[in-house]
Amino acid sequence: MILLFEQCLNGLQFGLLLFLLAAGLTLVFGIMDFVNLAHGSFYMLGAYFAATFAALTQSFVLSAVLALAATLAVGMAAEVIAIRKLYGRDHLDHVLGTFGLILFFNELVRLIWGPAGMNLALPPYLSTSIEILPDVYYPAYRLAVIMVALVVAFFLYIVVMRTRVGMLIRAGASNREMVSALGINIRLLYTFVFGVGAALAALAGLIQAPILTVQIGMGENILIVALVVIIIGGIGSIRGAFIAAIFVGLVDTVGRAFLPEFFRLVMTPAAASALAPALSSMLIYLLMAAVLVLRPQGFFPADGR
Amino acid sequence: MSAFFTVRSLVIGALLVFLALLPVYVATTGQFFPLTLFTRIIILALAATSLNLILGYGGMVSFGHAAYLGLGGYVVGILAKEGITSGFAQWPLVLAVCALFALVVGALCLRTRGVYFIMITLAFAQMIYYVAVGLDRYGGDDGLTIYRRSQFAGLIDLSGKVQFYYLCLALLLAAIWLVSRLVNSRFGMVIRGSRSNERRMRAIGFPVFRYQLTGFVIAGMMCGLAGALLANHTDFISPAAMHWTRSGDLIVMIVLGGIGSLFGPLIGAVMLLVLEEGLSRLTEYWQIVVGPLLLFVVVYAHGGIDGVLASLRHA
Amino acid sequence: MRKSVVAISALIACLGVPALAQQKSVKIGFISTFSGPPAVIGNDMRNSFELALDHLGRKVGGLPVEVIYEDDQQKPEVGKQKTDKLIESDHVDFIVGYIWSNVLLASLKPAIDSKTIMISSNAGPSQIAGELCSPYFFSTSWQNDQTPAAIGLYMNQKGVKSAYLVGPNYAAGKDMMAGVKATFKGKIVGEEYTRWPDQLDFSAELSKGRAAKPDAMFVFYPGAAGVQFLNQYVQAGLKNQIPLYTAFTIDETTLPRQGENALGIPGAQEWVNDLPNDANKKFVADYKAKHKASPSFYGAQSYDAALLVNSAVAAVKGDVARKADMIKAMEKADFASVRGSFRYGNNHFPIQNFYLQDVVKGPDGMPVLKTVATIVKDDQDVFHDKCTMK
Repeated sequence: MILLFEQCLNGLQFGLLLFLLAAGLTLVFGIMDFVNLAHGSFYMLGAYFAATFAALTQSFVLSAVLALAATLAVGMAAEVIAIRKLYGRDHLDHVLGTFGLILFFNELVRLIWGPAGMNLALPPYLSTSIEILPDVYYPAYRLAVIMVALVVAFFLYIVVMRTRVGMLIRAGASNREMVSALGINIRLLYTFVFGVGAALAALAGLIQAPILTVQIGMGENILIVALVVIIIGGIGSIRGAFIAAIFVGLVDTVGRAFLPEFFRLVMTPAAASALAPALSSMLIYLLMAAVLVLRPQGFFPADGR
Repeated sequence: MSAFFTVRSLVIGALLVFLALLPVYVATTGQFFPLTLFTRIIILALAATSLNLILGYGGMVSFGHAAYLGLGGYVVGILAKEGITSGFAQWPLVLAVCALFALVVGALCLRTRGVYFIMITLAFAQMIYYVAVGLDRYGGDDGLTIYRRSQFAGLIDLSGKVQFYYLCLALLLAAIWLVSRLVNSRFGMVIRGSRSNERRMRAIGFPVFRYQLTGFVIAGMMCGLAGALLANHTDFISPAAMHWTRSGDLIVMIVLGGIGSLFGPLIGAVMLLVLEEGLSRLTEYWQIVVGPLLLFVVVYAHGGIDGVLASLRHA
Repeated sequence: MRKSVVAISALIACLGVPALAQQKSVKIGFISTFSGPPAVIGNDMRNSFELALDHLGRKVGGLPVEVIYEDDQQKPEVGKQKTDKLIESDHVDFIVGYIWSNVLLASLKPAIDSKTIMISSNAGPSQIAGELCSPYFFSTSWQNDQTPAAIGLYMNQKGVKSAYLVGPNYAAGKDMMAGVKATFKGKIVGEEYTRWPDQLDFSAELSKGRAAKPDAMFVFYPGAAGVQFLNQYVQAGLKNQIPLYTAFTIDETTLPRQGENALGIPGAQEWVNDLPNDANKKFVADYKAKHKASPSFYGAQSYDAALLVNSAVAAVKGDVARKADMIKAMEKADFASVRGSFRYGNNHFPIQNFYLQDVVKGPDGMPVLKTVATIVKDDQDVFHDKCTMK
C-alpha cells in the first residue's frame, strides 16, 4: 500500500516534469503549427547551463534563473535564425529541419562542454528525505520538484486564461489568420512564444539534472514521451497537456513498478521477467496508438477542429 | 533527343556505371572495403526507395519504416538460429510477415493525417522495437549473430562478396523499375493525387484508403527484402536496426536525394553514407556538419540533389 | 556542386591506397567508446594503452607500432562495423578493447573468421568463456560473472541473510545477477532489470527495494548510470537504512562525480590502484603525472593488453604471420601484469585474485578507492568447462 503511494508520487513527479516539457511543445505547435523536435535540445541546454552556472556561483537557485535566461535567449535566437524560415511548410519539413538542429546542438554541446557530461549538485537543504507519513520517507527534492511544477502550471494557467498575452495565445491557436489580420505583431508573438517554450523545456531539464545528471542527447528519449503526451492531450491545449502528462507519468511509473509482479501471477517467473520490461516500455505507445485510433484529435484539442 | 542528355540523366548514368563496375576495381586492387561500403549503400537505397513510394509520391510520412528492415532481418535471423537456412524458405516468409504487419499497421495508421500519422507510425515502430528487445532467446537488445547466410542451393552464394553485391544491385534496379511502373500507372495517379488533394480524389470516387493501404503494403514488403539483405550482409541483426532514428536516416536520404524522384533515394543514400564515412575519417565532430546541411537542404534546396540536377537544364 | 566535390573527395579518401607489400610495423586496432558520456571510460583505456606503449618505447616486439582507434558509440552494430573495417580496410594484426559485452559478442565473428587475434580488455560475456571460445580470443580482464560472484562471497562473509538485486537488462547485467546468485547463500527477495541504456530514473526500483526490507542491496550500473543510481540511493535516504554492495559501479571514472555518496560502499575487483607490485606502482604514478587523474581498472586492463601483445610479437621475433606461435606465447601470460602474476585458463580467460575495494577519504580529503582484503585467490570462471579447447 505504501509502495503504491510512493510509486504514485513518483509517477506524479514524472508526469509534472513531462508537463513542463509538453507545455512548451504544445504551445509552439498550437500557435505556430510548428513541430519542434529540437525541443529536447533546449531541455539539454537548460541542464548544461545550470550545471555551469552552479559551478560558478555556488547557488542553486541563482544558477537556475540564469540558465532559464540563457536558454530563453538561445531559443529566441534559434527562432530568428532558423525556425522562422520553416513556417508554413509541411510538417515533414519541420521534422527534418529540427532533426538537423538536434544533431547540430548535440555536437555543439560536445565541442563546448566535452563528452563526459556534468553534475549538478543539490544544496544540502534539499538532499534529505522528509517523513511525509509515519515511517514513509520521500526525497525532499522530488517533493520540491512537484511543488515547483505545480506552481509553474498554475502560473501558466493564469497567464493563458487571464491576461491579454494569454488571450492572443489562445486566439492564435484557434485561428492564426484572424489574429494577424487584427494587426497584432505576429512575428514578435511567435519569437516570444518560441522562447518561452524553450525556457520551459530548460526548466524541466535543470530540475531533472540533480537526479539524472547532465549528458549529451538527454533530450531525445524524453522528447518522444512529450510528443506522446501532447498527442493524447490534444495539440495546442495546455490543459490537455497537463492532464495527459499526469496520466502518462502515472501509467509509465506504476506500470514499470507493478507489471512484473502482475505477470508473475499469471505466468512463470522467467517469462515474466522477459515480457514485463518489453510491455512496460510499450505501454505509453499502446496508449497513444489507442487514442489516435479512437479520437485522433486527442482528448482536449485546442481548436475544436 | 537533347532531353535525354540532361545533366541529371548523365549524372545518374555515370553513377550506375560506377556501381556496375565497382567490383572490377575491387578485384584488381584487392581492397574489399569499398565493396562492403557500397553493398550497404545499395541495400539502404533499396529501403529508401521503398519509403519514397509512400512518402515521396504518396505523401505518407512514415516515421516507422525501419521496422520492416528489422522484421525482414529478424525473420532471417530467427530462422537461421532455429536451423532453417534455406533462402527459399526464409525470403518468402519475410515478404509475408512484412505484408501482414503493414496491413495491420496501415489499416490503423491511415485513419490519421499529418503529424498524427507521423507519431502513430513512430509508435508502432517503437512497439515492435521493444518486442525485439524482449526476445531474450534471440539476443534481445544485444542482437543476434547469423552464422550462416541464406542458402540458395547452388544458384547463388551469398557469402561471395561480389555475387552478393550484384544481387543487391539487381534487386535495387528492379525495385526502382517497379516503383516507376507503379507511379506511372493508375494506381500511382491515385496515390499522387491523394497527396495533393485527398478530398478531391474521394469526390471523384476513388477508394483512397484502399489504394494507400496497398502502397503501404508494397513498400513494407520491399523494405523487408532490404532487411533480409542487410541481415545477410552484416551477419547480424539487432533491434537497433528498427529504432526510430533509423527511420529518420531513411527520410534524410530521401530528402537529400530528392523527394518523389526515382533515383533520389539512391543518390541520397550514396551522398549520406559516403559523406559519413569520409567525414568521420577527417574529424570526430563530423555530425556538426550533417545537422546544418540537412536544415539547409530543407529550407533552400527542397528538391534535393535530384532537384538541383534537374534545374541545370543544359549539359 | 560543392556537395558533389566533397562527396567525391570523401569517396577517394575511403577507397584507399592498395596495401604495400612488406610488413614493417605492427598494426593494432582499438575499439572503445569515445563519444557520449562513456567516452570517459574510452579515454581512460586509450590513455593507459598509450602509456604502456610509451613504457615499451613505442615498439612492440621490436617493431614500430601503429594504433587505430575506433568509436563503437556503445552500439553493437557500430562496433561490428568498425571491427569489419579494421580487419578489411586497415588489415590490423590485433584488435583490442571492447568495453561492452553486447558489442563484443556482435564483433566476435568477423575477428574469428579472419583469424585476427582479439583481446578484450574489459567485456567478458559468459558465451565467449564457454561455447563460443576460440584460440584467437584472449581476455586481459575477467569473465563477467566472476566479479559479482566475489561480492556474493563477501556478502556471505558479512552475514547478509537477504538481498535485493538491481541491474540493467543486457548481457553483462544478466551475467552479474547470475554471478551473485551463484555464490550468495542468503535469500534473494527481489531481482529487478531496468531498461538499458536509457532508463536513468531508478525511483521505482529503489522504492520496491525499500519495501522488500532486505539486509542489503546489490547493484551493477557501469559508468554514468552508476553515478545516477548512487545519487538517487542517497537522496532516497537509503544509505543509512540498507547497505549497498556493488560491482563495477564505483571506479576512478565515476568517483569524481559520485563524491561523498560513495563513501563506505564496497565493490569487488581484480585490480585496485594500490596493489603493491612494481608494474602497478609505475603505471599508476606515471598515469597520474601525465593525466592529473587516477587510472581506472578499464585502463589497467588495457595497459596489460599492450604488454600481452608485446609478449606475443616478441616471441615470434616480429613475424606476426606465425599466429599459432603467438597464441602459444600469449597463453603463458608471460608479462609483468599490473594486477600481479596470473595464468590463463583453457578458454584464455585469466585465473586471478579478486580484492575487496572500499571508498575512504584520501589524504587530501577526496574519496579514493582502497584495497581492504583479498576475497578469493586464483578464481577461475565457471564456464571454462563448456569450452572445448584444452
